[in-house]
Amino acid sequence: MTNDNVLLAIDKLNVHYRQFQALYDVSVKIKKGSIVSIIGSNGAGKSTLLNTILGINRPTSGSVTFMDQRIDGLPTNRIAAKGLSMSPEGSRVFPNLTVKENLLMGAYIPQARKNKEAMLEKAYDLFPVLKEKSKQEANYLSGGQRQMLAIARAIMAGPKILFCDEISLGLAPVVIKDIYKKIQEINDEGITIVLIEQDVKRSLKYSDYSYVILKGNIVMEGKSSELPVEEVTDAYFGENKYAIY
Amino acid sequence: MQIIQSLLNGILLGGLYAMVALGMSLVFGIMKLTNIAHGDLIIVATYICMVMAVQFSGNLLLAVLITICFMMLIGFLLQTFLINKVLDKGPEPPLLVTFGISITLSNILLLVFGADARYIPNTLKTINIVNTEHFSISAIYLLNFIVAIVVICTLHYIMKNTFFGRSIRATADDVTTAELMGVNTKRIYSYTMCLAMVISSIAGLLVGMNYTYYPSTGTEYLIYAFGVVVIGGMGNQMGILLGGIILGIAQLMGAYFFGTGYQLLAGYLVLLIILTIRPQGILSKATRR
Repeated sequence: MTNDNVLLAIDKLNVHYRQFQALYDVSVKIKKGSIVSIIGSNGAGKSTLLNTILGINRPTSGSVTFMDQRIDGLPTNRIAAKGLSMSPEGSRVFPNLTVKENLLMGAYIPQARKNKEAMLEKAYDLFPVLKEKSKQEANYLSGGQRQMLAIARAIMAGPKILFCDEISLGLAPVVIKDIYKKIQEINDEGITIVLIEQDVKRSLKYSDYSYVILKGNIVMEGKSSELPVEEVTDAYFGENKYAIY
Repeated sequence: MQIIQSLLNGILLGGLYAMVALGMSLVFGIMKLTNIAHGDLIIVATYICMVMAVQFSGNLLLAVLITICFMMLIGFLLQTFLINKVLDKGPEPPLLVTFGISITLSNILLLVFGADARYIPNTLKTINIVNTEHFSISAIYLLNFIVAIVVICTLHYIMKNTFFGRSIRATADDVTTAELMGVNTKRIYSYTMCLAMVISSIAGLLVGMNYTYYPSTGTEYLIYAFGVVVIGGMGNQMGILLGGIILGIAQLMGAYFFGTGYQLLAGYLVLLIILTIRPQGILSKATRR
């Protein structure tokens, strides 16, 4: 991997919640234009990793480098302005804003505001259901529609990299399939994507490169097509796997 | 036909009460901050207005514009350097900080202007716009009401149709996600306080034109603002107008039926009743989060 191909580099990241250590020396490299998935069970540290990249959590040591600039320590809003977008866990749409207003909030950063109309069209093309519901408050959307709105809102900023935190959580399989198809379409336009998933098979299927995270450690990584599902599953559960089966 | 007159005055007075409460409701709705200093900030605006009116030989429009600039600056500084620092430390510290601001402001006023009653001289108080044998409408009361409607509609427009307004509402809904969109939420809080101060400056002018005031009058208007916000629902602009009108009518009806001594009591009784049967306020939906 040559260095100018790396869009985002995370080096030896340690994160604590008071006494509890959530991440141990986590190093992740994300190539420009790829889809990278971070696989792990509940509480493995996936969301902590994402929240630390975006400045919601502060690392105790280590660095986050985006396009050769250190971004760890910056406030979340300034990180977002650099072109890092996130569809947060549980979609977190603004419930009292209409669908259109939610999308316009996505285009808040100065460089996105100029072509907000074009981006709005693009978002509606990607998820036509959002156009139908554009005047409704996001509170009244279904779970799948909220997830679509969260993704559409994230790409309104015209990001360089899009983080998707558990976008399949609690959704019907048909909807999940549809959403993942859209994720690939977004990737085809050149936006680098980081997927956070609990489902091993789905993660491997839709990504180019995968990291498996267990109890705050990266325990396995490799090209998604070359990683055997069984081994990933073993790594995913660690020594507890027999307790679960 | 005294009752019609009372009813009419109650409705028009409601405009003044809505103006007094609007800034407080805005601040509470956006940053969940109960601003104890709200009444005192209004009275500070009233005093600045009075001084400016003297400077510009009675040109109240010019006076209120200058006051708005001053108050925006005061609001921005208070929010940025005091309140923002304690907002994420739980509910009590911000409350104590605004309580401290309240005491400080009223004592500064006492020091500078003395304890005498003041009022902003104006001719509107003596003019009746409508004068029939059954009722009359005083110019100053009508002004209160019209100003309230114009301000509320403008605020509503800003909140609905501008990037600034949307980012304020988004921040109120979900601070972390708003940050993810690139919104500097602390800065938004400061701007929200500025907006509340613009409204409070106008309210301050109206208060000074309607009634006499002292450095300690702020507390009285804080309680009115609380009443209106409780009746109308927190952070709901249209509810605030309705809340103001209900409080106004309740007070004047109380005065009509039981005598002027009961004016304030009647207002608070209605407040108590509404607090019992609809604690979320008249226009607010029960639980929305």
